[in-house]
Amino acid sequence: MLTAEDKKLVQQVWEKVSGHQEDVGAETLERMFAAYPQTKTYFPHFDLHHGSDQIRGHGKKVVAALGNAVKNLDNLSQALSELSNLHAYNLRVDPVNFKAGGGQGIAKPRFSSQLLSQCLQVVLAVHLGKDYTPEIHSAVDKFMSAVAAVLAEKYR
Amino acid sequence: MVHWSAEEKQLISSVWGKVNVEECGAEALARLLIVYPWTQRFFDNFGNLSSPTAIIGNPKVRAHGKKVLTSFGDAIKNLDNLKATYSKLSELHCDKLHVDPENFRLLGDILIIVLAAHFGKDFTPSCQATWQKLVGVVAHALAHKYH
Repeated sequence: MLTAEDKKLVQQVWEKVSGHQEDVGAETLERMFAAYPQTKTYFPHFDLHHGSDQIRGHGKKVVAALGNAVKNLDNLSQALSELSNLHAYNLRVDPVNFKAGGGQGIAKPRFSSQLLSQCLQVVLAVHLGKDYTPEIHSAVDKFMSAVAAVLAEKYR
Repeated sequence: MVHWSAEEKQLISSVWGKVNVEECGAEALARLLIVYPWTQRFFDNFGNLSSPTAIIGNPKVRAHGKKVLTSFGDAIKNLDNLKATYSKLSELHCDKLHVDPENFRLLGDILIIVLAAHFGKDFTPSCQATWQKLVGVVAHALAHKYH
């Protein structure tokens, strides 16, 4: 799925993120909770106010996990294996929310991994402006799809 | 019928007022064709779509992108009457163009990313939330007459 060029572009973008991991993570989650309120149902125990420590902490975790995936683009399945188990067996984020590459239509629910991907990409676009080129956009979208696919592997 | 708060209407019109419809439309359509290459299936007669550079520079892509986003502007002028506004367009996309409505959602998400890249921090989380709602509702209206 990811070509050699895609992998290079993803790594390039990720270099720009390192050093801002907490900010990128927090903003991604904040945007996701604002635009897709249903995602808040997985965080009833969180203080979801702007700037909350919990959002910053969790955002940092999410971005770190994605960063690990970026370092292991040739072996995403293995790199994300633990996280895949966690999401399937412990967190049980609704799998209808986990299909790679997007939702199934207008009336049906959006897939939460697609929602996270969209919000992360908005954050990258906000910060990179026109440097978030179509080629980079495409590579990141493919990467997030691949991550979603791995996370969904263990569901059933 | 979809309800729009005063704040949402304000967020929509303040962003829209600053949008260069031709540029944004062209960019959004080009990115759709680049990021989701299967969407090229609807544009066989557009000529060279062989690379991102070709797509971005393709005059038919630019023109059509402008057309699409101009139509989006009609939606914004008719927020309280979207289904009726898009009734004929919906029939067209189903009966003549045979476009899977999933593509409307993809284009909506891409448009949001284009706006984010253009407006930077001004495209706040509230802004994004309102616009995600808008593109969702537009996509829904466009799919409404499908059978």
